Amino acid sequence: MAEKSKYTKRVDGRKFDEVRPIKAKVGIVPSADGSAMFETGGTRAIAVVRGPRTLHPQHKQNPEKGILRVTYGMMPFSVWDRIRPGPSRRSQEINKVIEWALSECVDLDAFPNTVVDVFIQIPQADAGTRVAGINAAVMALAHAGVPMKDMASAMAVGKADKTLIVDVCKEEEDFDEGEGATDIPMCVLSRSKKISLLQLDGKISVDELREVLKMGKKACEDVHKIQVEALKSVGNEIEEVEE
Amino acid sequence: MIVPEIQKERITEYLNEGKRFDGRKPEEHREIEVELGLSKNAEASCSLKLGKTEVYVGVKLGLAEPYPDSQDEGTFMTSAELSPMASEDFELGPPKINSIELARIIDRGIRESGFLDFKKLCIKEGEKVWQVFLDIIAINDDGNLLDAAALASLIALGNAKLPVYNEKEDRIEHELSKEPLPVNKEAMAFNMTFHKIGNEIIVDASKEEEEISEFRLSIAVADNKGKPRITAMQKGKEASISEEDMEKILSLVELKFKEMMPKVNKFVWGK
Repeated sequence: MAEKSKYTKRVDGRKFDEVRPIKAKVGIVPSADGSAMFETGGTRAIAVVRGPRTLHPQHKQNPEKGILRVTYGMMPFSVWDRIRPGPSRRSQEINKVIEWALSECVDLDAFPNTVVDVFIQIPQADAGTRVAGINAAVMALAHAGVPMKDMASAMAVGKADKTLIVDVCKEEEDFDEGEGATDIPMCVLSRSKKISLLQLDGKISVDELREVLKMGKKACEDVHKIQVEALKSVGNEIEEVEE
Repeated sequence: MIVPEIQKERITEYLNEGKRFDGRKPEEHREIEVELGLSKNAEASCSLKLGKTEVYVGVKLGLAEPYPDSQDEGTFMTSAELSPMASEDFELGPPKINSIELARIIDRGIRESGFLDFKKLCIKEGEKVWQVFLDIIAINDDGNLLDAAALASLIALGNAKLPVYNEKEDRIEHELSKEPLPVNKEAMAFNMTFHKIGNEIIVDASKEEEEISEFRLSIAVADNKGKPRITAMQKGKEASISEEDMEKILSLVELKFKEMMPKVNKFVWGK
């Protein structure tokens, strides 16, 4: 008989597959082409889209199609130990994986030599900032009227000791008993159901991974509904979708 | 931002009749909206809207060694990020002169007015002091980011609490104490930036106004027994200030001080 997991109750009282309370709002930065806010629990992301606009310097332009460029950053006061402003190795990697996560969503064939800029900022962090950033970015892209082939929704799933969990918070990310913590940020395209971002830190079996990805896909579907609702109701904060 | 010549002429014509494009009077501010508690991980944080201009400001504290020339005083650092998120005009990359100037004006205003009590930020003379970080992030630029950021900075500093200092292990605990960040309430100075357009001097310029103005003059004002006391100034842009303009601005300072000081007090102290 397998040993019992040491993580039997979530720190914030959630069910294991339960996402933290979500808030979403489209249209928060008036000077931008598109903008949105996405919040789960103590993690909040804002995203701003500017473009398509001519890309400088010229040698970076692609004459075949427009380029999607993501700039992610955490505000210095978003976490307890202040972060120095400006790009870091971490933020640059996140820029790239978010660009990859969103590249199948946007259709920039009609905009050669241009860039669509996505700026993501995290005013308050409690784990899962890149996935919250993606969720805000997708809404901001749609709000900007950038041609889109698909939408995307993201969620961090994972494991604390032997327990599979959805929407991992900071305390769970730091869980160090038993097998410790596994953190799996993932992004799912809404129509094709394909996975466009996948990272993993920790230790997990193949069967557990299969199971937790399923849980993640389900959570992403719920996020998608809220994103759509927020887009239909520009300027209003959406907390949940009535079934 | 490039303002077309025709729009520039119109704005100037209007102002010469004492009118502005958005219906304000030359000496009228836009509406101010403040929300505290942006980040639960900050010692204090707030968002501030001045019309459509919006800034986020947060205060964080750290431990540091004092500077050699001020062994019994805490340290203070202001950074501003005017990222392309907030405006078409801002570029990616290391801080440019606009954000450096903004951070420096705000830093000086707070430092020189005596608002922060640096002596009380000393933990152990010559060894350990509090280091105060003030971080400003522009969210949307619709003109006058400086005054918006300066006011938001006062609000954040005025509402900040010291974290719990664990003396034995010489580190900061992940919790705030009840002890407020030591500030001198009477020394608080708020910022007003005046712009010259045509024959008129205006306050709280919009983005277009800011772009076409001849010069700007930022003035930090504190309350000296009901009268304005100027604690910092910065003149910007190419044109210079005539005696007449200077007099106009100083009269406006006296006028606006009466209106703004009670408002600023309310925003910072809640009363």
